Amino acid sequence: MAGRIDVRKTNKLYIGGAFPRSESGHSYEVTDSKGTFVANASLASRKDARDAVVAARKAFAGWSGRTAYNRAQILYRIAEVMEDRRPQFVPAVRQAEGLTPARAEKAVDAAIDRLVWYAGWADKLTQVVGNANPVAGPYFNLSSPEPTGVVAVLAPQESSLLGLVSVVAPVIVTGNTTVVVTSYARPLPAVTFAEVLATSDVPGGVVNLLTGSAATIAPWLASHLDVNAIDLVGVAGDATLATDLEVAAAENLKRVRRAPAAEPDWTLEPALGAMTDFVEIKTVWHPIGV
Amino acid sequence: MFEYAPAPESRSIVDLKPSYGLFVDGAFVDGRGTAFKTINPATEETLAEVAEADEADVDAAVKAARRAYTRVWSRMPGSERAKYLYRIARIIQERSREFAVLESLDNGKPIRESRDIDVPTVAAHFFYYAGWADKLAYAGLGSAPRPLGVAAQVIPWNFPLLMLAWKVAPALACGNTVVLKPAETTPLTALLFAEVCQQADLPPGVVNIVTGAGATGQALVGHGDVDKVAFTGSTEDGKAIARTVAGTAKRVTLELGGKAANIVFDDAPIDQAVEGIVDGIFFNQGHVCCAGSRLLVQESIADELLDRLKRRMATLRVGDPLDKNTDVGAINSAEQLARIRELAEVGESEGAGRWSPECELPTSGFWFAPTLFTDVSQAHRIAREEIFGPVLSVLTFRTPDEAVAKANNTPYGLSAGVWTEKGSRILAMADRLRAGVVWANTFNKFDPTSPFGGYQESGYGREGGRHGLAAYLAVDETAGAQ
Repeated sequence: MAGRIDVRKTNKLYIGGAFPRSESGHSYEVTDSKGTFVANASLASRKDARDAVVAARKAFAGWSGRTAYNRAQILYRIAEVMEDRRPQFVPAVRQAEGLTPARAEKAVDAAIDRLVWYAGWADKLTQVVGNANPVAGPYFNLSSPEPTGVVAVLAPQESSLLGLVSVVAPVIVTGNTTVVVTSYARPLPAVTFAEVLATSDVPGGVVNLLTGSAATIAPWLASHLDVNAIDLVGVAGDATLATDLEVAAAENLKRVRRAPAAEPDWTLEPALGAMTDFVEIKTVWHPIGV
Repeated sequence: MFEYAPAPESRSIVDLKPSYGLFVDGAFVDGRGTAFKTINPATEETLAEVAEADEADVDAAVKAARRAYTRVWSRMPGSERAKYLYRIARIIQERSREFAVLESLDNGKPIRESRDIDVPTVAAHFFYYAGWADKLAYAGLGSAPRPLGVAAQVIPWNFPLLMLAWKVAPALACGNTVVLKPAETTPLTALLFAEVCQQADLPPGVVNIVTGAGATGQALVGHGDVDKVAFTGSTEDGKAIARTVAGTAKRVTLELGGKAANIVFDDAPIDQAVEGIVDGIFFNQGHVCCAGSRLLVQESIADELLDRLKRRMATLRVGDPLDKNTDVGAINSAEQLARIRELAEVGESEGAGRWSPECELPTSGFWFAPTLFTDVSQAHRIAREEIFGPVLSVLTFRTPDEAVAKANNTPYGLSAGVWTEKGSRILAMADRLRAGVVWANTFNKFDPTSPFGGYQESGYGREGGRHGLAAYLAVDETAGAQ
C-alpha cells in the first residue's frame, strides 16, 4: 500500500518579514554532505539583495529605537523558539554538515545557547564599552555605543547554523539590521532559522536572509551606498575575493570585519569584537552650570 | 565699535633654521627627494626649506621604527614608557610659547588659539596617555593587550601639532613606534617636536618624522612593514587609503571630513547660541573637520538670530595671526583659498544669498572674510560639500523631525550641535543625530579624555579617551577580550 505523498516545502528567501522567491526565478540544487539531492533553494539575485537592503534600512529606526531590554527579550525569544524546533534543526544540520547525530545536537544546542548569551548583552554592552569622560572643564561628557546601521553579513560556509547565529546575533543585538548571505552549499538550516525569526517577534526587515552565492551577491552589497558595514567571514580563505570586497566597501567607507584565513571555530566563546565592530561610539557634551 | 591698537606677539622666541631635514632614528638627516619651501600664509614669506622624503627615506624611517619597536620600546615596561611621555608633556609645556608662535607662523591661525587651545591641549594629550602606558590591562581590552608594531601616521595642516599629539601619544603609550608625516604646508612644529623627543632622550627610532607631500604619504601608508595606519584628512584621501590597505593585515583608523549641522531651536539661549555658531564655523578659519558649517535654525527665530549673528560677525577681527586681538587668521594655503572661493562662487550662482561684514583684508597672504549664505537648500553644493573655510550655510526648519532629517542628510557624520533650553529635547536630538560627537549648548570642545571620530564617511575609529587606545592595541578574538 502506497504511503501518503508528502508535501514538500519550497525554500524561499526571507526579506522584510516575508518569504518571497528570488525575483530572478532562479533556484539551485542543494545536496547533503554525500552529494544526494535534498531540495532546491532560491538563488538570490542582485535585485533581491537590493530589496533586502531597502527592507533592512526601513526596519533600522524602529529596531534601533527599541529599548535594550526589549531587544534582549526578543533575542531570548528566538532562542526559545529554536529550542522548540530543535527536533527539526538537528537533522537539518546533520544533513547539511554531515555530522554524527550527537555532534549535530551539540551544534544546535550551541547555537541556541549562543543566542541566550547574546540576548544578555543587549543591555550590558553600553555599560561595558561606554563611559563618562572626566574632561578638564565644566562639562558633562558621556560616550556610548550606537548601532552602525545596515550591516551586510556573509555567513560562514561550513557552520550552517551555529556559525550563522554567531554572526547574526552580535549584529542585531546592538540595534543594527542586517542582510545575510547564507552558506551556499548548506543553506537549509538558515531557511528554517528564517521561519524561527518570523515567529519570534523580530520585526520584519531586521534580519533578511538570502540563500545563494556570496561571490555573486557580495560585490553588490559591498558597493551598496546604503549599507554601512560588512562582515566578510563567509569568504574566509578566498583572499582575492575578500580584497575585492574590501576595496568596494571603501567607496562609502563601510566598516569591514575582515575575512580570516580559515573559518573560525564557532564553539569558542566569542570576543566582544563581533559586536563592537558594528557599533559607533557617540560622545555627547553639555555644559554644567546653574 | 572700539578701535584696537596692534598687540603683536613677538616671533623672536622662534629660532627658525634656513632648512630642515627628516627625523629618522633619533637624528636629523637629509632627504633624498626635492626640498620644498614652507611659507607663512599670512605674508607669503618663506619660513624655511624642508626636506622631501622619497621611498627610500620612508623605508629607512620604517626600518628605524621597526628596530626601535623590536629591541627597545615593545620590551620596555609601561611604567618606563609613561615617564618618557610625561617628560614630553612637560617639555611641551615649558616650550609652549615657542610652539604657539611657530604654529601661528606656519599655519596662519591666530596666536590666541594656538596659545590657548592647540598647545595646551597637546601637552594635556601627552599627559593623559602617559598615564595609560602602565594601565592598559584596565582599559577593557583584555587582560594583556599587545601593541601592534609600527604605526604609519599621516596628519593634516589645520591643527598640525595637535593632530601629531592625537596620533603619537596613544601610539607610544600602547608600545608602538611611529613614522609620522606632517602636512606639506605645516611641517615646522612637527620638526620642533622632533627636538623635544631628543631633549626627552626618547630612544632613537621610537618617533620618526618624514616630511613631504602626497607621494611621501602614499609611500608610508603603502609600506609593507607597517602594522597600523592612522590618517586624518579628506574623505577622498581616506577612501584611497582604505583601498590601499585592503587585503593586508594593517589596522586602520580614519578621521575624515564633515558637514556638521548646528541646530538652533526657538527656545535656545540666543546669545550663547550666537557665540556657539561663531565658534563653530569661524574657529581656526573654519579649517575644522567638525566645523558647524550648516546652521539649521528654527524658522520662527531665523530673522532675529541672523540679525544678531551678523552683528557679532561684524566684530570679528581678521588679520595678523600673531596679533593677540585677532579672531580669524589666514587661510592656510593658496590652494585652499582657491577652493573656498570656488565654492563660495558656486553658492552665489546656485542662488543663495551671500553676506560678509565689512572687513579690510591684508594685501599679501591668503585671506577670506567670514561669510554666511542664506536661503540655502539641501541640494546646494555649499550645503553638501565640505568647504573647510569660514563659510556658513544657513538653512531653516520647523519641527524637530525636520531638523533631524536635514541634519542627517549627509554622507558624513562627524559632529553636530544642538541649542535648546529643554533638557529632554537635547537628549532626544542627541539620540537621533548620526554623528560621533554631539555638542549640546556648546560647540568645538575637545579634551584628551573625550573620544572623537565619525560615523559613515567621516571615517572610523576613535581618537582620545579610553576608546582611543583600541586603535593601537591588538585584541584577542577569543573569549574574555573585546
